[in-house]
Amino acid sequence: MKVIVNVSLKAGVLDSQGKAVHHALDSLHFEGVSDVRVGKQIIFKLDTQDEVKARKDVTQMCEDLLANTVIEDYQIELIK
Amino acid sequence: MKVSILQFPGTNCEYDTQNAFEQLGATTEIVWHKSETIPVDTNLLVVAGGFSYGDYLRSGAIAKFSPVMKAVKEYASQGGKVLGICNGFQVLTESGLLPGALKRNESLHFISKHHTLKVVNNDNVFLENLNEGDVVNIPIAHHDGNFYIDQEGLKDLYANNQVLLKYSDAQGNDKNPNGSVDSIAGICNKEKNVFGLMPHPERAMETILGSNDGAKMLLGFLK
Repeated sequence: MKVIVNVSLKAGVLDSQGKAVHHALDSLHFEGVSDVRVGKQIIFKLDTQDEVKARKDVTQMCEDLLANTVIEDYQIELIK
Repeated sequence: MKVSILQFPGTNCEYDTQNAFEQLGATTEIVWHKSETIPVDTNLLVVAGGFSYGDYLRSGAIAKFSPVMKAVKEYASQGGKVLGICNGFQVLTESGLLPGALKRNESLHFISKHHTLKVVNNDNVFLENLNEGDVVNIPIAHHDGNFYIDQEGLKDLYANNQVLLKYSDAQGNDKNPNGSVDSIAGICNKEKNVFGLMPHPERAMETILGSNDGAKMLLGFLK
């Protein structure tokens, strides 16, 4: 299956890149934009059809490597 | 006195660090990250600055899984002294040997310049040659030097005298170049044997190059 992991700074941790992007959107006169957050997306294939196992393994990957849980949150999406 | 200096792919301050400690009279050895042990006669282990693994994913995130890091953790847990400079500080926070994390600088710019720092606590081997309130001039060179820790963690740092250095002006007032919580530039662990800082004391060894304040700091390790 295909795995998509989205990592972003936790709410409450200042996102300077999000702020800069927001500022740039403002200067391009796009209106009504708020709460801009910049994160990263990690995409890979996992050789299993077992969704429970996949979620467990990917959660461990996030905790160990893909996210720094001191400052970041992660979301896991599994696509069969 | 033996100083062992870790080298990952992308480390680039190992020779400056070696030069600094040899200038102060230590013998040194550079240890490649694939080594599963560190030299038995090591008195100080330095995780040198640079861009280990190209800072891919996050600064220090991949280096923490290098074979040598297991030995580093064991060395630290037995009371061995460990110093992480710049990328070394990032590696130590990623490894959990020091609390907090280093985020992208608030300005998003890479900052490379001399900066004054105030000594906050000197009840540790690293800064015992300096007085609390002293101001030292040490270069900084980083993109991800914005120290973050949550409020509870910050309280702990203060309660245990773990805040070592703060970015300051020449008079010792807080002056924050990168957005770090409380202008913090360097910390240590509770046991006071693992130290981390973003500024580069090994680059402040010659007055002709702007400052020799780094020597006073590094000498603390060589007793």
